[in-house]
Amino acid sequence: MAGLEDLYREIILDHYRNPRNRGELPSPPARRVEGFNPLCGDEIVVYLDVDGGTIADVKVTGQGCSISQSSASMMSTVVKGRSIDEARAVIRAFKGLMSVHEARLDSGDGDGNGAAPADGTEPGVALGDLAALQGVVKFPVRIKCATLSWNALAQGLDEQGLDEPSPA
Amino acid sequence: MARLIDRVGSVDGGLLRADFPVLDRPREGPRLVYLDSASSSQKPRAVLETMDAYYESSYANVHRGLYSIAEESDRLFAEARTKVGRFIGAPVPGREVVFTKNATESLNLVAQAWGRHHLREGDAILLTEMEHHSNLVPWFILAEQLGLELRYLSVDDHGQLALDDLERLADGVKLIGVTLMSNVLGTINPLGPIVEAARANGAIVVGDGSQYVPHVPTDVTALGCDFLAFTGHKMLGPTGIGVLWGREELLDATPPFLGGGSMIRDVRLDGYEPNELPWKFEAGTPPIAEAIGLGAAVDYLQALGMDAVRGHEIDLTAYALDTLTRRHGDAIVIHGPRDPCRQGGLLSITYKDVHPHDLSQVLDQAGVCVRAGHHCAKPLMRRLGVSGTARASLYVYNDESDVDALAEALTQAEALFF
Repeated sequence: MAGLEDLYREIILDHYRNPRNRGELPSPPARRVEGFNPLCGDEIVVYLDVDGGTIADVKVTGQGCSISQSSASMMSTVVKGRSIDEARAVIRAFKGLMSVHEARLDSGDGDGNGAAPADGTEPGVALGDLAALQGVVKFPVRIKCATLSWNALAQGLDEQGLDEPSPA
Repeated sequence: MARLIDRVGSVDGGLLRADFPVLDRPREGPRLVYLDSASSSQKPRAVLETMDAYYESSYANVHRGLYSIAEESDRLFAEARTKVGRFIGAPVPGREVVFTKNATESLNLVAQAWGRHHLREGDAILLTEMEHHSNLVPWFILAEQLGLELRYLSVDDHGQLALDDLERLADGVKLIGVTLMSNVLGTINPLGPIVEAARANGAIVVGDGSQYVPHVPTDVTALGCDFLAFTGHKMLGPTGIGVLWGREELLDATPPFLGGGSMIRDVRLDGYEPNELPWKFEAGTPPIAEAIGLGAAVDYLQALGMDAVRGHEIDLTAYALDTLTRRHGDAIVIHGPRDPCRQGGLLSITYKDVHPHDLSQVLDQAGVCVRAGHHCAKPLMRRLGVSGTARASLYVYNDESDVDALAEALTQAEALFF
């Protein structure tokens, strides 16, 4: 049985108590994307200020459980100042972190014998603090909380891409 | 088999636990402390065995068979209906008790069959701010279809309906929909003045008894409502079986809801004639084993005695209110009346600013099962000014040790988050 210490790492609680990049950006020009989980009521609003293919600024508002809010805070610190391509790589890495562990749970062993790399990371992407969210996958119900802000971010970047195709 | 429920007249939750296999299941860590009966209750062995025995010895479809086990099925199904009807004091159990899938379907039936036939554009109906979504959304759908006016009785700071506004709001309404017991606050609503206001306006009263019927002695005649919806799985019965009780003349004056087999007397290519009550409202093969299981649940509750069940829950609610307040003081907010005699065994808790999902997760580590979230009552959550609560709910198999486990587990939330 997974223990609470797997879920509520100190770094997660720190981001929950002291969320980074909290607030709003004027929209427009910033892109505003909502993430909403109707089952549990978690709400996230992500504001993206994309300038020349770079996420110049990101702000987050919303309310919900410690996992959804801390994950959003961590997400904001990781992608702020990155290029869109780098941000997409981080999104893939984070989703991989979540899904690899889901696959491990599905296969019934804890050794990560699946085809994906055991750490679930994209080559060249350092997850840093985000790795603390690894424990969430031992509580499958909470994975949706952790990924809520990331889905909003991905949606925002997709919409941005439609408006201003980034140079190939 | 001798059962612990033979102790008629009082309820000892600790002893009764032995009748509920899941509460005894082998598991890692602490024993299961089940405090989520308002969402769904556990099932006693008597219900499980009754359903198994039915499938193993008598199973056949109802209404149509002319062979012996089909006749047995018919008889058992009819007996279940009678048991359920007597349990709520229905004057004509054999005609007034309609089996549905759940309370939600029962309320949709009233809205779409009675409401659509009897209400007109511009008609007003009165609901309350503390309704479960299942007694709101069916009316929203009907209001969109017909162009109805929706009004709401508000909830005061003590978790009670603001009945001072009743006369004004009920003026000219055709229907009042009200829960008998709030699934969030536990508030037991006084039906008397509501029925009186409805009568004065020629309106009918639709009661949502989902939380009330499993816990409080119920007599539909004394309550005075016209329809009463409730569900089997919250009263020790299986899922998939709900009940709509309606006054016979009202059900007679209500057109069918779902169409299909069983609900017809005759079908021609140019039309149909509906069947008698209650089959008019039971299209298709009904949940037969579930109805029989619900009958066994009713037997179990009646053997305990509903007065004893209510008495047990008043005692345990008093103990819980006292224990939680004493141990957690200002850290905890218990929403609702906080008066055991005016509420059911439901405690909606806010613990400092710990999110209800985090609270529920922490409690789970101590084996304590509570519900976290908006409890399908989002308008009430907005009224309370919270996004959700953690709700502990009590039933016959709970005792003081369960409340103690909850109180103790809350200290772990304190340790983790502060």
